[in-house]
Amino acid sequence: MARQFSVRRQTGFTAIAMVCFFALYLPIGVLVIYAFNAGTSLSVWEGFSLRWFVKAFENQQVIEASIRSLQIAVVAALVATAAATMAALATTRTEPYRGLTLKYAFINQPLMIPEIVTAVALLIFFSRIKVWTGYSGLGYLIAAHTAFCIPFAYLPIRARLENMDLTLERAAADLYATPWKTFRYVTLPLLWPGILAGLMLAFVISLDDVVITEFVKSAGQDTLPTYMLGQLRRAITPEMNAISTLFLLLSICIVTVFFFVNKKRI
Amino acid sequence: MSGASDVIEAEARRDVRNRWLLSMPALLIILLAAAGPLLIVLVYSFLTPGPYGDVQWQPTLSAWVNVFLERDIFDETLSLADAHVSIFMRSVWLSLVTTVLTLLVGFPTAYFIATRPDNSRELWLFLITIPFWTNLLIRTFAILQIIRNEGLINNLMIDLGIFARPVQMLFTDGAILTGMVYVYLPLMVLPLYASMEKLDFRLVEAGYDLYATPFRVLRRIIIPLVKPGIIAGSILVFIPALGAYVTPSILGGGKNLMLGNLIELQFGQGRNWPLGAALSITLMLIVMVALLFYVRNAKGSGARHG
Repeated sequence: MARQFSVRRQTGFTAIAMVCFFALYLPIGVLVIYAFNAGTSLSVWEGFSLRWFVKAFENQQVIEASIRSLQIAVVAALVATAAATMAALATTRTEPYRGLTLKYAFINQPLMIPEIVTAVALLIFFSRIKVWTGYSGLGYLIAAHTAFCIPFAYLPIRARLENMDLTLERAAADLYATPWKTFRYVTLPLLWPGILAGLMLAFVISLDDVVITEFVKSAGQDTLPTYMLGQLRRAITPEMNAISTLFLLLSICIVTVFFFVNKKRI
Repeated sequence: MSGASDVIEAEARRDVRNRWLLSMPALLIILLAAAGPLLIVLVYSFLTPGPYGDVQWQPTLSAWVNVFLERDIFDETLSLADAHVSIFMRSVWLSLVTTVLTLLVGFPTAYFIATRPDNSRELWLFLITIPFWTNLLIRTFAILQIIRNEGLINNLMIDLGIFARPVQMLFTDGAILTGMVYVYLPLMVLPLYASMEKLDFRLVEAGYDLYATPFRVLRRIIIPLVKPGIIAGSILVFIPALGAYVTPSILGGGKNLMLGNLIELQFGQGRNWPLGAALSITLMLIVMVALLFYVRNAKGSGARHG
């Protein structure tokens, strides 16, 4: 086929894009490869081995931190998604009313403030409460994670709602469905992909958090990312690569599902 | 007559009340565990540091004075706090350079994705989305491995005979910059792509019909049309870069601090919570200015995005 003149072509853009994709994946690729290194080096290949994965699974601290991360992420993602779903229903498909803009600003507030500032604020606030109540469990971390997960869960749910008009709900109401029945049998099934997407985003965001967790956690409450941050400041072995690889695998699975759930239109 | 309009009005009022009730859980959680505590930070910035961290309830302006000024320990005179000022300057500078570099790389990349045929476009987009959602710490660790003295780049360069011995790249400003560009690049590409996706190529065609060169088409047609994406991407990169904590503390080592690390220091070894609080508020003010700039420009360009 003869090369045609394309209005879309810009000289050099494809080359830059290729370099960009290569540069994005090269470091991750190297990280994953050395997770399988038989030696203790991060840069000299000494043969294939799974020893670092075995070591990671035998490391009690890693196991505990992983379980803690999952506990927090599951609770925070569920609560945040429930709250975000209600908030999305309350802020879409309506005439503008007093306080609507304020609500938007408030819900998106955790996105607009640098994480370090929120982290410091929560450190101050929660350390007061810890003194007053004597409680120092996982509740603080869960509360903090829930709050910053809400805007992430809210985004896809709101986007989904804005593409749904009220016709079907009105039809249900015309057929004498109660508001609850309308919600249960009409709105919720249509909204479901958005809710699922929000849930997964919130879960990943909670799982990935370092800064806020690092400031809010009490002694012995390391999550997997804060444990890794601590280890990175010491001598690093391929065990870190092995942990990172497993973590990456989990994230990629969730993102893949998210990507396809979110792509499906009605 | 008045009966009907009363009913409608009552219905509308009830609707708004229900909507408030429905959004209450989200608003309360954010108030308690995100927005509310920010006010306490403001209060703390006007208090006196306690001997072992925390604060004593004596109001003072000294934390705010210390943000930019320092008192000489011998003669009590005030002078500009060079350390703080240079960290502020470096943070703003590194964040701006990060923003520009991600834009320079991200723009062609987003354009490349937006101009793919429908079937392969999804795949390219997916390839950008994966790093976007993978852990920032892991991606920073990946960069650390590449640029270490014994890392891939140094080994390769020595093997090729370009370097005689390892060049120190880790723990420099260049390392922080590399890490931040790498980590924040997807944040630039995605909003750029979102606005390029809607680009009407008939306008580009019209440009060519009028004998414009490809570069002129880019500068006079494409860039003005995707300006909302450029601004959104720049804000999305600039704000987290300015408050970055993880990337500079891993790649910059102890010496090359950014604002986030300076703040953390006050709550750790520094034991000066009020100063940390004042620095946090200062950081937030800089971010607010950036956001205001964004809101103004987003309105000015008149195009919808998001």
